[in-house]
Amino acid sequence: MNARNIYDLLLQPFRPWLTGHDFEAIDPWIEVGGEGLPEIARFLRDQDELAFDVLHCVTAVDYFEPDEKKAAKVQWQPHLELIYHLSSTKRRHRLVLKVKLPRWKGDRPGELPEVPSVSGVWSTADWHEREVFDLMGVRFPGHPDPRRILCPEDWEGHPLRKDYQMPAEYHGIPAK
Amino acid sequence: MQAERAQSDTVEFDVRTDEMLINMGPQHPSTHGVLRVVLRTDGEVVSEVTPHIGYLHRSAEKIAEKLTVRQYLPYTDRLDYLAAMNMNLGWALTVEKLLGQRVSEKTRHLRVIVAELNRIASHLVAAGCFGLDLGSFTPFMWTFREREKIVDLFEEICGARLTYSYLLPGGVTAGPPDGWFGRCEAFLDQFDPVIDELHALLTSNAIFIKRTADIGVLPPEMAIDYGCTGPVLRASGVDWDLRRDGEPICTEMYDGYTWQVIAPTGGRYPDDHPYPPVPPEAVVGDSWHRFYVRMLEVVQSMYLVRQGIEKYSAADGELDKPIKIKEKLPKGEAYLETEAPKGQMGFMIVGDGSAVPWRVRIRSSSFCNISALPEICRGVLIADMSAILASLDIVLGEIDR
Repeated sequence: MNARNIYDLLLQPFRPWLTGHDFEAIDPWIEVGGEGLPEIARFLRDQDELAFDVLHCVTAVDYFEPDEKKAAKVQWQPHLELIYHLSSTKRRHRLVLKVKLPRWKGDRPGELPEVPSVSGVWSTADWHEREVFDLMGVRFPGHPDPRRILCPEDWEGHPLRKDYQMPAEYHGIPAK
Repeated sequence: MQAERAQSDTVEFDVRTDEMLINMGPQHPSTHGVLRVVLRTDGEVVSEVTPHIGYLHRSAEKIAEKLTVRQYLPYTDRLDYLAAMNMNLGWALTVEKLLGQRVSEKTRHLRVIVAELNRIASHLVAAGCFGLDLGSFTPFMWTFREREKIVDLFEEICGARLTYSYLLPGGVTAGPPDGWFGRCEAFLDQFDPVIDELHALLTSNAIFIKRTADIGVLPPEMAIDYGCTGPVLRASGVDWDLRRDGEPICTEMYDGYTWQVIAPTGGRYPDDHPYPPVPPEAVVGDSWHRFYVRMLEVVQSMYLVRQGIEKYSAADGELDKPIKIKEKLPKGEAYLETEAPKGQMGFMIVGDGSAVPWRVRIRSSSFCNISALPEICRGVLIADMSAILASLDIVLGEIDR
């Protein structure tokens, strides 16, 4: 089944949550609203004709240009994009799900945006969401163990954000 | 006598003692690098396992935002440094997917040859370290002796012994030197009987079976749920290999090759091989099967290398030149997983029209494989921990990136 067919199947139950799609992209994707994600995920996994039993990867992309000159030229508004790569061992098809997020919750710098966790649907999401939280700064309400995973627990900031500043030192160790 | 022993076994497991937290690693030799596992133990029994990773985090994804895709290639060597050719291949194919390129016949066959040779080398390390972690030194020496010969072949073809940077996006750095294929074949010829020796040393060894059979059983549903891939997934009885089931850009590489995916589907392996049979104690998905799948995969890789050499010599045309250092990337995203020795290695590149990617994501196979560790280690003995860790065959360079 290709992304267009999958989109048609999702239209019926989840129309208000489907916010965009691109079927011509290299990896065709469907964009959904964050609040509907767990239900859509469960639907994708449990419907027999979809059977998306594997979540390969959860990741995020920061669309933000710190350089003002370059920022004037880009065609997007600053935002974060969560990307979920799914596939089915049974039906042998693939899908990319996207969720668009503001860079900061309520546009208040320092307040991390939130997306409901899908770790209850696919266990892969457990560690992957921890990594997205750690490196990109997105909170996943409903996650069983929302700790940092790669950086030390007392690390400050989220390194993969485009405006991240490396601290000058960490516990007396010069970092620059 | 039998009843007596059974009784004493129950007694040992039933006695409850104070719980203790034990740190295994980050400098423990059997954690294969800098992995720290916190064990909650009750006597000899492990009741809870918490892996802590990140000791080898080198910001591989952030670095990729500063370099062009060709400049980034050497960094992929340092992900799974025991299978750098396969890492290069994954990166090269992802870039080619984004650019919409395909390589020539000759390049394709050369890629198959080196990727499969590296798979053999990686599985040899896995087998040798497995023996070492269980307390026998000989398998380690024997497998490293054989791996050394593959490393020598790689040194000849690209000058490096560990971090090859050989399979570039768009092509390869240079063709193999004269007589290289002959030396490859000579290696395979002498390696063939050695596999029997390795099987005799471990596969059918009574102690090895005792230490690994029915230990750390990973059911197929759980393996899929946790995103486990590669030999770990196949040993659980899931017949899945990206070289056959992946995206066209991966499967096209193996067009025309005959080989088998090794997985105990329905509890049985393809049985047309001369190697020791599955012992009755082993359960599909346990540590023994994970070892066995790798050992049988080595033989399949040997078939592939032999076919590759034949096809390479028969192919017309030239080897492809790699892309330019500052090749511009189109706008868009490409995500691709390839079958590396340890599982499915995924790269995602987000291009923004310049030569430097906007964002790169590395999906590591060992990262997912080890995330299932807390599940499969519940209730095992402390000594079994090293057996289970060895059977997962993790590389921390890839987990921590």
